[in-house]
Amino acid sequence: MGLFDFIRKGLSKTREKLVSGLRAVLPFGRKIDEDLLDELYVAMLAGDIGPATADRLQDEIRAAWKAGKLSEAQEILAFLKDTIAGTWTSGDRQLARAESGPTVIFVVGINGSGKTTSVAKLCQFLRARGDSVLLGACDTFRAAAIDQLTIWAERLGVDIVKHQPGSDPAAVAFDACEAGLARGVDTILIDTAGRLHTQDHLMAELNKIQRVVQKKIPAAPHEVLLVLDATIGQNAVNQARSFAEAVDVSGLFVAKLDGSAKGGIVVSIHDQLAIPVKFIGLGETPEDIRPFDPGEFVEALFESEPEEVNK
Amino acid sequence: MFETLSDKLGGIFGGLRGRGKITEANVQEAMRQVRTALLEADVNVEVARDFVKRCQEAALGQEVIKTLKPDQVMIKVVHDQLVELMGPIESRIPFVSQPPTVILMAGLQGSGKTTTCAKLARYCQMRGKKPILVAADLKRPAAIDQLEVLGKQLNVPVHTERDHQNPVKVCRNAVHAARKSDRDVVILDTAGRLAIDDELMSEVSQVANATRPHQIYLVLDAMTGQDAVATAKAFDARLELDGAILTKFDSDTRGGAALSVKAVTGKPIKFIGVGEKLEALEEFHPERVAGRILGMGDVVTLVEKAHETMDAEQAQKAQEKMAKGTLGLDDFLSQLEGFRKMGPMKQVLKMIPGMGDALKNVDLPESELNRFKGIIHSMTPKERANPDRIEASRRRRIAKGCGCEPQEVSALVKQFLNMRPLMKMMAGGGIGDRMAAMQSLGNMGQLQAGQVPKIARGSTKYDPRKADKIRKKRKRSRRRK
Ligand SMILES: Nc1nc2c(ncn2[C@@H]2O[C@H](COP(=O)(O)OP(=O)(O)OP(=O)(O)O)[C@@H](O)[C@H]2O)c(=O)[nH]1
Ligand SMILES: Nc1nc2c(ncn2[C@@H]2O[C@H](COP(=O)(O)OP(=O)(O)OP(=O)(O)O)[C@@H](O)[C@H]2O)c(=O)[nH]1
Ligand SMILES: [Mg+2]
Ligand SMILES: [Mg+2]
Repeated sequence: MGLFDFIRKGLSKTREKLVSGLRAVLPFGRKIDEDLLDELYVAMLAGDIGPATADRLQDEIRAAWKAGKLSEAQEILAFLKDTIAGTWTSGDRQLARAESGPTVIFVVGINGSGKTTSVAKLCQFLRARGDSVLLGACDTFRAAAIDQLTIWAERLGVDIVKHQPGSDPAAVAFDACEAGLARGVDTILIDTAGRLHTQDHLMAELNKIQRVVQKKIPAAPHEVLLVLDATIGQNAVNQARSFAEAVDVSGLFVAKLDGSAKGGIVVSIHDQLAIPVKFIGLGETPEDIRPFDPGEFVEALFESEPEEVNK
Repeated sequence: MFETLSDKLGGIFGGLRGRGKITEANVQEAMRQVRTALLEADVNVEVARDFVKRCQEAALGQEVIKTLKPDQVMIKVVHDQLVELMGPIESRIPFVSQPPTVILMAGLQGSGKTTTCAKLARYCQMRGKKPILVAADLKRPAAIDQLEVLGKQLNVPVHTERDHQNPVKVCRNAVHAARKSDRDVVILDTAGRLAIDDELMSEVSQVANATRPHQIYLVLDAMTGQDAVATAKAFDARLELDGAILTKFDSDTRGGAALSVKAVTGKPIKFIGVGEKLEALEEFHPERVAGRILGMGDVVTLVEKAHETMDAEQAQKAQEKMAKGTLGLDDFLSQLEGFRKMGPMKQVLKMIPGMGDALKNVDLPESELNRFKGIIHSMTPKERANPDRIEASRRRRIAKGCGCEPQEVSALVKQFLNMRPLMKMMAGGGIGDRMAAMQSLGNMGQLQAGQVPKIARGSTKYDPRKADKIRKKRKRSRRRK
């Protein structure tokens, strides 16, 4: 089942048929003009593609129109899909693997974005393809964060390395790597505490975890996934930038795309920072994970528009 | 470099200074810029559209007062409209005369409900209440444990029923139990749910029906984008909210969601969450968020934060001196020290108007701060109090003392003296003064991003070890004499 169906299913159990947003702007046969470009711009903003990127996309459409490559409204969606999705090559979206020994994946992000749940999802995904997985409970800060990951480990039937609440997260990561090496697991998933990108000391902590892990596994982390909540707005670009400064963010995991939020911000992030989306999260259970499909994503991005605001 | 709204408006109204009225033509271009600023701050598209209309009406025909530039007038109009729309403040929780007061917290997954429940419990405790927390999230792994840990930290009891599946029952039981106990506030922590999840939205409205809460709050992440409107509307439709609490305001979010939520629900923003710790709950101040939305920084918070970290008496003195314009370098130093305690300099400085985005690419390094400190420490108390009296020979002595060049000393002093009148305006004065001061401070920030106050680049860095060496050398030579 593709993302589109999946989202449809998610929506159908819930609310009335949605108005088709972009499609409403782009009816068959309507000629492209400045008004239409303006409506399009607003539709992009409504999907959280920020002003800067929406501007750029609008310019590209205008240029193609002026150059005679586009003339009617119904051609625009395909053009947008190509323009947005074309920048995501499929190689970008594969999870990295260690050449030998365990692959170490850090899962990072701001508070409450969905990191721990995404770790459970990645674990499920990796096991489904035959990997053995070990979890490292490196959120030693938030109340009951260790318990939360422990429950997932039990439910999924995988090993977990954890210390006491309040202990040094780098030490936990180190132990996780040691255990992973000893047990010969394929992948070590490191759950980290939520941190705001503005908290320099916490960003430095990530850096420290990385350094300590490298003492055990020099090429680690092979993958750093930044988990973004789909409801987030323009601030996500700041987040992605700051996280990428502290550790080598190699991909995005966009959680909570099963809601009414469009996650259009990932278009801006990709546009401005070239960080590819690797996975999306579509619910609260470990099965609710999909590899990212740009075409479907763009389609969903423009599928509906928010209801009229009551005055 | 990032252009602030004030720069853009300054450009539009360029030649208009001091004459004429704001007309339809120039207002329109200005409003486009305002709209972009709002959208960049994540104000909902529709809300932004309506808001701009309001501003346009308010702005048309405004006299351009002699002392203010038209762009300043415009910013004031927009600012005032924002404040008006987001206000008034309504932070008090109305406790009922027949306890217990029941408070229901709801919101999307991960928005901060559980943490905020504990913060509210603490808030109630501080007001002499005896709250109880109710673990009604029976779904997310370890959600109950999380609330229990937080309850323990506060010494607040937590009602849990671990073998139950039905949050409606748990909440009903909890309220019943509270009626029979001495607990006078019941705070219900519900599971996260999507606004479009019919089943779970019915569940939470059943909880509301069963417990008849006196207050129902939506907990929303302040970084939420366009979706804020859909979420707030859906929760309000099901629950008849009494207000919203915006969390994670300690981030660098511009906070446009605050305007969106208020605009569509009409319900007040009760509090904002500004950290993970349980004391990190603050009243919502529309003026400050207005400043953030417009990219003008958050001066008041900056000043307040500085005061919080300085001790109260010191703060009072500094405030008085600031108002009198007699602030000395000693006070400046303790402000800087205060800043340091508040966390990384950069974040604090981001709150200065106009500095926000300018600072992103510039690290205001701690080493710079150390340099100021080194210089100021090498001054006598008298010199610190009256930096304007530092002449050439003193400058040389100070420079030697801290191992820097005399020009660095004079640069620091000069910058400080430039800032002093602005600080005076900020501390006292009316809105006009403050606006002007904010503008000037902002301009200072743009001209000299990362140099507040910056000393000539390329000059020797203050190196504590080097300074120490020089000092020791001097001592030795003195002893030899
Ligand atoms: N609907 C939906 N909910 C999700 C998704 N991913 C996570 N969640 C929920 O979001 C909430 C927060 O998820 P966590 O995994 O605890 O988030 P976190 O980033 O680890 O949070 P902290 O560790 O506190 O920073 C939980 O209630 C999850 O069930 C998703 O894809 N869809
Ligand atoms: N920086 C910051 N973090 C916050 C704030 N409020 C909550 N958090 C953090 O956000 C994350 C999620 O908070 P929770 O209280 O677990 O959120 P929730 O809404 O109960 O989550 P679910 O029950 O999973 O839906 C945690 O890591 C909190 O520490 C805040 O104001 N500032
Ligand atoms: Mg977590
Ligand atoms: Mg919770």
